[in-house]
Amino acid sequence: MYDLLIAPFVDFGFMKRALVASLCLSIGGSSIGVFLILRRLSLMGDALAHALLPGAALGFLLGGLSLPAMSLGGFLAGITTALVSGAIARFTSMREDASFAAAYLTALALGVLIVSLRGSAVDLMNILFGAILAVDDQAMFLIAGTTTVTLVGLAAIYRPLVVECFNPGFLAAMGVKGALYHYLFLGLAVLNMVAAFQALGTLMALGLMLLPAVASSFWSREVWSMTAIAAPMAFLSGAIGLLVSFHAGLPSGPVIVLVASLFFLASLLFGSRASVRARLSQPAHLRG
Amino acid sequence: MALRLVGAVTAALKLVDLTVSYDRHPAVHHVSAEIPAAEMTAIVGPNGAGKSSLLKALMGLAPRIEGRIECSARRIAYLPQQAEIDRSFPISVLDTVLLGRWSRFGAFGKAAKVDVHDAQHAIEAVGLSGFERRPIDTLSVGQFQRVLFARLLLQDADLVLLDEPFAAIDAKTVGDLMALIRRWRSEKRTVVAVLHDLDQVRHDFPNSLLLARELVDSGPTARVLSSENLLRARAMAEAWDDQAGACEMPLRKTA
Repeated sequence: MYDLLIAPFVDFGFMKRALVASLCLSIGGSSIGVFLILRRLSLMGDALAHALLPGAALGFLLGGLSLPAMSLGGFLAGITTALVSGAIARFTSMREDASFAAAYLTALALGVLIVSLRGSAVDLMNILFGAILAVDDQAMFLIAGTTTVTLVGLAAIYRPLVVECFNPGFLAAMGVKGALYHYLFLGLAVLNMVAAFQALGTLMALGLMLLPAVASSFWSREVWSMTAIAAPMAFLSGAIGLLVSFHAGLPSGPVIVLVASLFFLASLLFGSRASVRARLSQPAHLRG
Repeated sequence: MALRLVGAVTAALKLVDLTVSYDRHPAVHHVSAEIPAAEMTAIVGPNGAGKSSLLKALMGLAPRIEGRIECSARRIAYLPQQAEIDRSFPISVLDTVLLGRWSRFGAFGKAAKVDVHDAQHAIEAVGLSGFERRPIDTLSVGQFQRVLFARLLLQDADLVLLDEPFAAIDAKTVGDLMALIRRWRSEKRTVVAVLHDLDQVRHDFPNSLLLARELVDSGPTARVLSSENLLRARAMAEAWDDQAGACEMPLRKTA
């Protein structure tokens, strides 16, 4: 049992770092994920994560496989995409989801093209699918710093963000610029995607953010309790995924995301509310 | 173009040649009218007559307005149509009502004990005692409207704007909420409500403003809601031309 569950993390530094990285990503990312779902932005968030690619690729082109260059590039690309899509939706009659889709497809194609200008197929695979086992001290600082900024930032904008989610007109009537908080939130989301991108790659950066958050919605229906359920679920996905990939010799990123999918599937089937089980086993209705 | 504070007027609101447009299409067209203070005024008119747009303009939420709004109210509360609220969002009744005190604690302050106490009182006043912890997605349309009225109570405004407060609401709830509105009038608050039920307007609202993009008439309800005026409003609605060219009427330039 010890050999199976504990030893890999004790014996290998890269497993240790990967475990801490997934803990940090779980804590910060799951609260972002819950808000992405409540704002009905899950797919838009995914599009945003893909849009990091050309920035990261440009960083790669200029600085090689250097984390700061690629992260900064990715962050700038994500913020630009969010602002431009928002602006397009505001100033034309195009809906925001459509402008996001247009922006991210452009970004993805551009990114793959830029990486292929200089890198090998291995580099491209690393950028697209991440390498959580290659997380070094520098990446650790980035990930842990992101978690700190995320938690403090979300706590600061929590109330206006909640009201902007469910009754934006009221916020406007109070003279508060809801759009400001919307973009601050998107900024935090992009920051988390940049942090997750080293570990899980641009294609799956949202895996640890969204899947546990969606799963948590089958268990509870408050912002805080959903986050409280999603965060441990995300961390367990990370830990189990690392162990499975270690013992079976499988790539860690996809395994982690697949374990998170299993949590989602189990919640969908057996969750306490709005799940398949809750649907099938309808207890007798109340008397009144 | 902002709301202007004007002291010492008996009208709570004065609209001067007000035009509200979306993508150049006027929803409210050259309307001038006065809404008396400490009185209940109904805004009446066919669908698409610009009633909601008028309220939005009063709140400063309309994208583009021309003309002028003079407002002597210090604090304005606004009840939106329910469709503008995401009722599936996980937030409790008490938290929703507490938002009425936003002007007090803003985005970052803490709700004081007295705020929570007042919120509980407001919830009681709208007949929802015991619902404080319930999430809003478990409420019926009528119950949720009561929650929004409790929030209005907490806002303690001297001008209350209600956009279709009784759409899809049963008679019992309408009766309870009308009692609250009458209480506001006795407290010298100005109430402006968009309504469709003309019998109710005749019965409860001494003052009316009949709108069909342009102003048909405003003043005492008995005069405004004459069958002649209502016919005119309907005729104007039928004549709306959405392919109309630019308006020739000169706009008064205002700051």
